[in-house]
Amino acid sequence: MTAPRFSGTDRYVATDDLTMAVNAAVTLARPLLIKGEPGTGKTQLAEEVALALGKPLFEWHIKSTTKAQQGLYEYDAVSRLRDSQLGEERVRDIGNYIVRGRLWEAFASEVQPVLLIDEIDKADIEFPNDLLRELDRMEFYVYETRELIKARHRPIILITSNNEKELPDAFLRRCFFHYIRFPDAETMQRIIAVHYPRLKPELLKEALEAFFRLRDVPGLKKKPSTSELLDWLKLLLAEDIPPEALRSTDGKAAIPPLYGALLKNEQDVHLFEQLVFMNRRTAR
Amino acid sequence: MLVRFFLMLRDAGVPVSLTEFLALLEALEARLATLSVEDFYFLARTVLVKDERHYDRYDRTFAAHFRGLEQAFQSLTAAEIPAEWLRRQAELLLSPEERARIESLGGFDKLLEALQERLREQQGRHEGGNKWIGTAGRSPFGAYGYNPEGVRIGQDESRQRRAVKVWDQREFRNLDDTVEIGTRNIKLALRRLRRFAREGAAEELDLGGTIDATARNAGWLDLKLVPERHNAVKVLLFLDVGGSMDDHVRVCEELFTAARGEFKHLEYYYFHNFVYETVWKDNRRRHAERIPTHEVMRTYGPDYRLVFVGDATMGPYEIMQPGGSIEHWNEEAGATWLERLRRAYPKHAWLNPEPEDRWDFVPSIGVARRLLEERMFPLTLAGIDRAMRALNAR
Repeated sequence: MTAPRFSGTDRYVATDDLTMAVNAAVTLARPLLIKGEPGTGKTQLAEEVALALGKPLFEWHIKSTTKAQQGLYEYDAVSRLRDSQLGEERVRDIGNYIVRGRLWEAFASEVQPVLLIDEIDKADIEFPNDLLRELDRMEFYVYETRELIKARHRPIILITSNNEKELPDAFLRRCFFHYIRFPDAETMQRIIAVHYPRLKPELLKEALEAFFRLRDVPGLKKKPSTSELLDWLKLLLAEDIPPEALRSTDGKAAIPPLYGALLKNEQDVHLFEQLVFMNRRTAR
Repeated sequence: MLVRFFLMLRDAGVPVSLTEFLALLEALEARLATLSVEDFYFLARTVLVKDERHYDRYDRTFAAHFRGLEQAFQSLTAAEIPAEWLRRQAELLLSPEERARIESLGGFDKLLEALQERLREQQGRHEGGNKWIGTAGRSPFGAYGYNPEGVRIGQDESRQRRAVKVWDQREFRNLDDTVEIGTRNIKLALRRLRRFAREGAAEELDLGGTIDATARNAGWLDLKLVPERHNAVKVLLFLDVGGSMDDHVRVCEELFTAARGEFKHLEYYYFHNFVYETVWKDNRRRHAERIPTHEVMRTYGPDYRLVFVGDATMGPYEIMQPGGSIEHWNEEAGATWLERLRRAYPKHAWLNPEPEDRWDFVPSIGVARRLLEERMFPLTLAGIDRAMRALNAR
């Protein structure tokens, strides 16, 4: 079997285990379920896989009100009712009122597509169960027009979840699973090198140290993640902050500049400021 | 070989099914992972494990089952090991003192001879053969430590060493749900409570559905009803404070915060060690403002679910004897009061922050469990889950 292999792109650093998971899912045509801390690039993965393999990407973003049926098709009964009042001719063909969903579009794609089902845990608890057959057999039935829609090419399906709800076992059994771990310092350096290739090495070193120190602060409600680090670096670059300003081991100036980009929670900011204050006092 | 691994995973509590096992075989057939243990480790994890909370168990099982297997992988790739290569490798790795010791044991050539003999043996039965590898620690090769894990034979040494680390690091330990609740895990516990809070049904008019059905019906009114989604659950929380509970304050605080955010109808009372005739709401004025337990039972109906949180660690007489309480003279035994509460609230559970494996060593926990008819659960995510199930059961 010579399935195309994914190994990260020039914008996205994929670790060995992630690469293996993606390739296994691609080769065996199983949906891949991705979990991980927010901000570790779960959603972006689908874009990068599509880009790397040169396939079209269909995104289906799930909200708390999303129903599985909406991904297949919707029967727009209300506009049919209105049209019938107006005596329009198209009202006779029910097919005119079938609106295709993202899944149908992916199934109808001319070449094998990548389908992203984003944040599946946002939906109702029964949502994944309603998609079992569709994901398994890659086909579904349109009752209104009595036609069977089959996928022309089994799409590569990537599903992300933020762990807000448990997913049903039957669903999990059909998926492959990967948990994106928070990157270690080494991987983080590679990620940053990809995003800001011209970052001064001293600044990067200091920033990374400050960042991981901040992540280690006990009791933070929302730990800063990769995407926050990247935003913060962008700010540091824009403000042209010298690396010395980040050095805080002396205990005096322990607040990293522009830390608002890293801490998103008011309580965290408070906690952090208090800790800094206490540190200063003990240093004195 | 893999069947045994599969069964070991199941024994370790990783819920793998035959479907997943077949998928793994399919993946191996597709040559997704061939001659590297690390690849196999990642592949099998992707295919078999569906929850990051099980990653740690998977790691442990993997380490137990495949200990030493990486050498077997290598012996597949490097069937014939040139003596020259080994010698160079050894000279590279050994200090002069060690080399001298080898000389004293009959010389390097003799060692090499023995090693190659072992390897041939290994060749013959590399499928099941843990013998040579497993005993590496006791073999001369291990003892002289070309490498602590036996002689490394084959390619890409650093890569392999890293592979061992991947599962021996056990990075996913704190995602395992049998560990006690931590800062991250409490959020998950809260979600379990939410699921439990979403149940209960009523009928209400489904406006969208009615319009939809009417339109489909070409204008004839077609009423649709749906079950209402509401938080009907009422919870009565009895928390043990002071004494031996001091060790568990943090966990209890977290649970309490989670529960407070989750239930609209949450009432809480405190007790010390065990429930008697009075409880209290404010710990600072616990001696002044006590509320009779009878009053609590009168105030809140049997539709409340009663959850005790306490370590139940005390002298058994504190439960069984009248006057057993260490704080005051109680006319009736704690067991009597517990029985009354149990009868008033048929849906009840006890969450115990003590680790479950220690329960058997504390007599009072045994007594309490017997009184509760085993409705005591550890204050871990899995325990809360079980407790919520018990609370929902009719």
